Amino acid sequence: MSEVLDVTPGDTDVPDTNGTEPERGGDTDHEPVSNDGSDGNGEIVMRLWRGDETGGEFTDYLMPSVEGEVVLDVIHRVQATKAPDLACRWNCKAGKCGSCSAEINGRPSLMCMTRMDTLPAGETVTVAPMRTFPILRDLVTDVSYNYEVAKRIPAFSPREKTEDEEEAGGYRMQQIDVERSQEFRKCIECFLCQDVCHVMRDHEENKTAFAGPRFFARSAELEMHPLDVNDRRELLQQEQGLGKCNITKCCTEVCPEHIKITDNAIIPLKERVVDAKYDPVAWLGRKILSRTKRTPAEATEDAPVSGPAAVQPSPGVVGVPLPGYAGDEAAAVTHTSDPPGDEAAAVTDTSDPPGDDTSSD
Amino acid sequence: MAEYETHEFDVIIVGAGGAGLRAAIEARSRGLRTALVCKSLLGKAHTVMAEGGVAAALRNVYDEDSWQVHFRDTMRGGKMLNNWRMAQLHAQESPDRVRELEDWGALFDRTQDGLILQRDFGGHRYARLAHIGDRTGLELIRTLQQKAVAEGIEVFMELKVLRLLTDADGTVSGLVGYWRPSGEFVVFKAKAVVMATGGVGKSWTYTSNSWESTGDGHAMALWAGADLIDMECVQFHPTGMVWPLSVRGILVTEGVRGDGGVLRNSEGRRFMFDYIPPMFAAETADSEDEGDKWYDDHSAGRRPPELLPRDEVARSINSEVKAGRGSPHGGVFLDIATRRTAEDIRRRLPSMYHQFKELAGVDITAEAMEVGPTCHYIMGGVRVEADSAATTVDGLFAAGEVAGGMHGANRLGGNSLSDLLVFGRRAGIGASEFATDRTGSVSLDEGQISAAIDAAVAPFERESGENPYDIHHDLQATMQSLVGIIRTGSELDEAIDRLDELEDRAKRVSLSGGQRYNPGWNLTTDLPSMLSVSRCTTLGAINRKESRGGHTRDDYPKPVAEMGSVNFVQRIEDDGTDGVGATPSIRSITATPEPIPVMPDDLKELFEEAT
Repeated sequence: MSEVLDVTPGDTDVPDTNGTEPERGGDTDHEPVSNDGSDGNGEIVMRLWRGDETGGEFTDYLMPSVEGEVVLDVIHRVQATKAPDLACRWNCKAGKCGSCSAEINGRPSLMCMTRMDTLPAGETVTVAPMRTFPILRDLVTDVSYNYEVAKRIPAFSPREKTEDEEEAGGYRMQQIDVERSQEFRKCIECFLCQDVCHVMRDHEENKTAFAGPRFFARSAELEMHPLDVNDRRELLQQEQGLGKCNITKCCTEVCPEHIKITDNAIIPLKERVVDAKYDPVAWLGRKILSRTKRTPAEATEDAPVSGPAAVQPSPGVVGVPLPGYAGDEAAAVTHTSDPPGDEAAAVTDTSDPPGDDTSSD
Repeated sequence: MAEYETHEFDVIIVGAGGAGLRAAIEARSRGLRTALVCKSLLGKAHTVMAEGGVAAALRNVYDEDSWQVHFRDTMRGGKMLNNWRMAQLHAQESPDRVRELEDWGALFDRTQDGLILQRDFGGHRYARLAHIGDRTGLELIRTLQQKAVAEGIEVFMELKVLRLLTDADGTVSGLVGYWRPSGEFVVFKAKAVVMATGGVGKSWTYTSNSWESTGDGHAMALWAGADLIDMECVQFHPTGMVWPLSVRGILVTEGVRGDGGVLRNSEGRRFMFDYIPPMFAAETADSEDEGDKWYDDHSAGRRPPELLPRDEVARSINSEVKAGRGSPHGGVFLDIATRRTAEDIRRRLPSMYHQFKELAGVDITAEAMEVGPTCHYIMGGVRVEADSAATTVDGLFAAGEVAGGMHGANRLGGNSLSDLLVFGRRAGIGASEFATDRTGSVSLDEGQISAAIDAAVAPFERESGENPYDIHHDLQATMQSLVGIIRTGSELDEAIDRLDELEDRAKRVSLSGGQRYNPGWNLTTDLPSMLSVSRCTTLGAINRKESRGGHTRDDYPKPVAEMGSVNFVQRIEDDGTDGVGATPSIRSITATPEPIPVMPDDLKELFEEAT
C-alpha cells in the first residue's frame, strides 16, 4: 500500500493504517478518532459538565494523554470510549467555524484551538458550557439569542455605482478603506465575546435590550463599510444598549480571531453615537444637506419586497422557534443548579457596575 | 404511530453552505415559500473552510483572461471528464456571481485601481482568484448568510435529514428528519427539494472535512432513485498539516503556493520540477529561475510546477515520501519563509500563520511547514442537468459539492466557491420553476415516514450492540488504507468485503442516553450515508481501470482513452435487501458506464488553439 501519510519509516508516532487489518485494535499506535491508547505521556483528568437545563454536575474522566492534542481531541476520545452521548458542538476543528466554544478552566475558549500542553501540567482540566446561554445538554448551549439579535440589525445597503464603476464592472474601493471593516468580518461567530460580557453574563434581564460585543462589531463593520448608506446609530443607542458597555475589554481578550472589539468597534461607535446626539453642526448638516446615511426607519422603507422587513420589531417573527429552543423564554433557565461557570470569572472584570447606562458615553 | 411536527414549503434546501444559501436566496427572490435546513448552526458549514479564493475571469489583474480560458483550464484540470456545459456555464457566469457578492456586502482585497484583487492558483493560467486574505470561504458564507437573514428566509438549524420522501410516481414530496437539540422528528412537505449537502470526506481518517461531510445528500438522492456519477474521483489536497497527529489533515491553503511558497524534499530540492507531466510541459517552467520570474510577471516565464493541478502535486508528494525523501513526520516541506518577508506572509496568509503558530507551534515566517495529502473534495456526485441542476428524480435538484460533473476527474482550486454560486443560483431557479409549475397536491407517504423514524430510534431498543464510533473508525481506516490516494484492484475488492461487514455491524448499533443532542445517535444516523457513498467510491474505483485526475490505480497507472469518454453511473437496483436504518442495502448499488456528453465543435476548437 502506498498511502503517503503512512510510509514514514521508523517514526512510531505515525499511525500504521497501511496494514491489512484496519479493524480497531489492529493498530498498535493511537488513532485520533476512537482509540484512547496512551503514548506514554501519562494521564489526565478531564472534568466535564454533564447535565441539561434541569441541572447537572461535573464528571471526571481519566484519559491517557497524547502528544500535540487539543482539548477537543480529548473530548472526542471521551465520546468514543467512555461517554458516547456526551454532547459537544463542533465542526471544523481548525478554528475557522466558531462552533466549539466552551469555558476551559474557567476561560471562554475554543476547544479546537486550546492545546492540552498549554494548560497546567498534571492538573485537572475543567470544561464547562458557556455560562451566558441556556444549556441544551452537557457542553452545548442554546445560542439562538445571537441569531435573533442578528436579524434586528439593519442590513447592508450599498450606494449606487458610479458610471465608471458600471463600466469597470464593480465598485472601486481602496485596500486601506476596506481593511477597517475586514477586521470585523474575520469574526467566526463563536460568541465567546457574548459569553464573557458581564452585561449579559451577570444580568440575564439585559438581554432584551443589549446586542453584545459580536453585534457591536457587526454594526461597526457596516458603519465603516465604504459602500453602506444605512445609519444604525440611533438603534445602537436606544435598542441595542451600546451605552451599557463600560469598556472592560473582556470581549477583546477572549476573541480567538484577535479582533480588537473594544478599541476598534465599540469605542468608535460610542464616539459616533455621541456625535450624532450632541454635535449641533452635524445635526444641522444632516437636516439641511443630503445625508449619506439612512436611519433605521428609512432603511425599513425599502427593505426587500420579497421578504419581511430587514428590521424586525421583535424576535421570533422570522424563522421557526425550535421546540424548547429558539426564543422560548421558559427554556431560558441558566444553570439553575451547580452553575458550571463559577470559575469563569477569571477573565471577567466585574469591578465596574455592569449595565450602567451613563458610565462611558 | 410515530410522532412528528409537519411544515410545508414550496422549496426546501438541504444544506446551508455556499450552494444552499445561494439557492435559497434565489428561490426566495422569486417569491416562493423557501426554507433552509442545516445539520449545524447557520454559518458553520464547510464553506467557511475554503481559504484561497473564488475563481472568476474578472480580468482585473490580467486583461488577457476570459471565460474561454477559464473554461479550458477547468476542462484540462478535470482531465476532460467534466460535463462541458457545466464548465462553460461556470466560466461564463462566475464573474457576475462574484460581483453580486460585493453588492451584498462582501469586502474582497483590492487592486491598486480599487477593483477586486485576484491571486494565482494551481491550474489557472492567469491570476483569477478573488479573495480576502486566506479566509475567502468565511467571507462568502457570511455575506450569503446575512443576505438570507435580510431576505427573511426561514432557517431550520441543527436539523438532521434522514430520508427524502417521494409520492406514488417517484416525484419528491418532502423530507423527514429530526431536531438535534430536542431529538424530535420533523416532516417537511415540499414541491421541490435542493440538495446542497456538500461532501463525503468524513469517511477517511485524514481529511480536511468537518464532521458534517458524511455524504447525506449523495446517499439520500441515491436511495430516492437518482443517478450518481464519477464517485471514484476524490480529491486529495496536496497540502494538509501532518503534525501534530491530532491536526493531521487540516488544510493548508494552495494560496501559500500561489503567493510564492515552494515544495521541498528532505534534501532541500524543489522536487516538483521532476514531476511535470507531458500534458502541462509546454506551459510549465523547467528551471527555478524561470518559475520565480513568473510570480511578478506572467509573461517573463512559465508557471512554476508547484502550481500544477492538485492531483499532480498530491501524487508527486506521495512519490517523494515513498522514495524516502519525506519530512520527519511523513510529509514534505512547504517553504514560504525563505521566499517572502515575514510581514508579507502575515498579511497575505493570516489564518495559516495563526493555524501553525497555535496548533503546531511553528512560525511559518521563519520555518517550513510539513505538509502531505489530505482527503478534501469529491468531484463525483449526483448527476444533474447542467442548466437547471435537475437530478434524474423529478422535483430533486442538486448544487455544489454534492452535484457531479462540473469538475470532471479533478477540481481546480478556487473553482469550488464559484461552482457554489453559479449552480446554487441555477438550482434555486430550477427548483422554483419546478415548484411553480407543479400541479396537483403533494402527498406524503405515511409508510415512508414511519419506516424512517422507526429505524432511527431502533438502536435505543437494542442492548449490548455495536458502538457507532468504532464502526466509524473502522470505516475511516478501511477507506484510508484501501481506497486512498493510490488504489489497486485487490485492495479495492477487499474494501468491498469490509464495507459489507461494516453494513452488517451498523445494523447492530445500540445506544443509550436519549435523543436530545446525542452525538452517538447523530453519528449512528450518519452511518448509512457514509456506507453508501463509500461503496459508490469503491465500486467506481474498481470499474475505472485507468488513472485519471483524482483516481489513481497502481495497477493501471496511465489514462485510457476509452475510459475518458464514459462516466460510471451508480444506481440502486433495489433487490429487496435491507441496509441500515430502512435504507436500501449498499449491496444493491450498481455501476454502469455511460457516455459523457459530447462537446460542440466551437468549444473543441479552444483546445486545438491551446496546443
